[in-house]
Amino acid sequence: MDGLNIPLNHILLVSSLLFAIGMLGLMIRRNIIFILMSLEVMLNAAALAFVAAGAHWGQPDGQVVFMLILTVAAAEVAVGLGLVLQVQKRFKTLDMDHANRMQG
Amino acid sequence: MSETIWLIPLIPLLSSVTLMLFGSRLKISQIGILGVASVGIAALLTLLLAVEFMQNQQVIQLSLWTWMEVAGFAPGISFYFDGLTLVMMSVITGVGFLIHLFSTEFMEKDPSYARYFAYLNMFVAAMLVLVMADNLLLLYLGWEGVGVCSYLLVGFWYQHNANGHAARKAFIVTRIGDTAMALGLLLLFTQLGTLDIQAMVGEANQTWQVGATIPTIACLLLVCGAVGKSAQLPLHTWLPDAMAGPTPVSALIHAATMVTAGVYLIARTHGLFLLAPTAMTVVAVIGITTSLMAAFTALMQTDIKRILAYSTISQIGYMFLALGVGAWSAGIFHLMTHAFFKALLFLGSGAIIHCLHHEHNIFKMGGLRTRMPVTFWSFMIGSAALAALPMTSGFFSKDQILLQAYQLPDIGPGLWMAGLLGALLTAIYSFRLVFVVFFGKANTEPDKDTGWRMAVPLSVLCLLAMIGGWFMIPVSEVFPVSDGTHPAHWVEYVSISVPIVGVLIAYLIFYSGRLKVEGLASSTLGKRLGQFWLSGWGIDWLYDRLFVKPYYGLANSLKSEPIDAIYGLIVAVNQTFNHWLSVAQSGRIRWYLASMVAGLILVITLAANLSVGAL
Repeated sequence: MDGLNIPLNHILLVSSLLFAIGMLGLMIRRNIIFILMSLEVMLNAAALAFVAAGAHWGQPDGQVVFMLILTVAAAEVAVGLGLVLQVQKRFKTLDMDHANRMQG
Repeated sequence: MSETIWLIPLIPLLSSVTLMLFGSRLKISQIGILGVASVGIAALLTLLLAVEFMQNQQVIQLSLWTWMEVAGFAPGISFYFDGLTLVMMSVITGVGFLIHLFSTEFMEKDPSYARYFAYLNMFVAAMLVLVMADNLLLLYLGWEGVGVCSYLLVGFWYQHNANGHAARKAFIVTRIGDTAMALGLLLLFTQLGTLDIQAMVGEANQTWQVGATIPTIACLLLVCGAVGKSAQLPLHTWLPDAMAGPTPVSALIHAATMVTAGVYLIARTHGLFLLAPTAMTVVAVIGITTSLMAAFTALMQTDIKRILAYSTISQIGYMFLALGVGAWSAGIFHLMTHAFFKALLFLGSGAIIHCLHHEHNIFKMGGLRTRMPVTFWSFMIGSAALAALPMTSGFFSKDQILLQAYQLPDIGPGLWMAGLLGALLTAIYSFRLVFVVFFGKANTEPDKDTGWRMAVPLSVLCLLAMIGGWFMIPVSEVFPVSDGTHPAHWVEYVSISVPIVGVLIAYLIFYSGRLKVEGLASSTLGKRLGQFWLSGWGIDWLYDRLFVKPYYGLANSLKSEPIDAIYGLIVAVNQTFNHWLSVAQSGRIRWYLASMVAGLILVITLAANLSVGAL
């Protein structure tokens, strides 16, 4: 296979960085829109790792899984944004800490 | 007549039920008439029956229906009527009728008039069932029935805590004996296959040798029941406290009838006891010991009813002595005369208490001779009979018992001497009562004299206490005849003279004051001994330490449920974990995530370390 040859380690590093950023965002953000966005980042980090791995070993599975992740992410966003609309309508806020109704 | 003996217990029972259901709607006079007339009719029927029995000496066996039938055990509601039953029924209905009549005046002002007569009628019915029963199970029904009525009537004035306590004590202490008796019944049934008294005794005589182990055990268990019911050592402590009930109740239940049920039981099953000489000796020893103990205690009491209660215990001791030495008919004879004179004494004391603003202390009475003449003569005659002065009813019966005890080989003379000491004490304490209450100077003024409804029963009982000794009780068919030998004449003379000496001593101490006992009484030993006797030989104190206190202690420690604490611990641990987990489930997504990440890091770190270690 010709073209740009980036070592697998580098790609995995970027992928884990992206994953960590997403996770950090998930943990520190309160706004649900940002939480969903962080989730997307994490999904894409995982997808990147799959693609890279697939390219590295010359297998198509990585890209198959990437397509799957893409579909799942699209479905998830559709449902998630619907929920976001409902949350905004009911609680007049997007702050998840305030929308919490559990007694714990 | 013989076909209708079932009416005799039924009529008081029906009256009792009527009073329980409709008592609150009836007028006082109606209640009184119903309560007294039902027992009166029963007494009348008994009288007719007695007349018939005297003519033909016919033993009646009447089976009404089968009570239950379980695996070959089929006790019937069936009655057995012979001379012994007749004596008991006459005492129960006759004396019972007089006491009911007395009660109409004594309880007149009581708000629970109907309840009182309902209980009293129920008692008469239960007691009649007890003595008429053909089998031991029906007898046991009556036995428990009178126990319940006794409990209800001792605690009749339940508004005072002490009365309820006395009632519970009476119930629980007798229940100890009853449990042993139930065991005895079970033993007899498993061994002999029947509880019908006549068949059982016949069967026992065929299967068992005299002195064998099983009849001895069975008889001792029956004796335990009798000891509890008849207030003998060591289960006598309930009777003095049972005086908390109304006085006519004490006269009927705790002197004339119920407490003698134990004597009746032993007399009724004498066929078994003849197979167990050891049990008979035990009965005699219990009787004489109780008799002496109670007589000493009665000497020191100051409450008029407690004196009479201890004298009842003492007299029943004599009856037990009679049964123990095989003088069956003498024991039953003493039962009858005792019912007359002790009911008389109790009713007399009831009259005094009634007219003296519920005063019980004999030293606050005094000088009542001229002001309550009927009561005075009742007490004179009653005490004379109790002390067994010659020609009174008590003389004949007690004399028989002592003479027959003397004839017993080995321990006979010992029993006789102890019985004489008891007779001496009886004379002293009964005439101490008479001299203190009726002579001397007056301390409390009676506010009224007895009405006719009190005077009539007292007079009739006076008559019976005088002439009761000449009655011939028709029990010669029931009991084996004694050999009829008489001891030497001096024995008889001593027996007669001892009570007279006792009366003389009481006269010298408590009336003329010639015999000074203050010095003796105030010495250290005298004081100690007096205190010891006053407390009833410290038996109540002993039982309190031995049984009541430890039981309360145990109950108190169990109140906090120490066993449950183990299960409580499991619950507490679960609840703690649940609390922790429910705190974790806060609904904060970020918190969930943080913990997930922390967990993930932990797992990865561990896995990495482990794999490094494995390599």
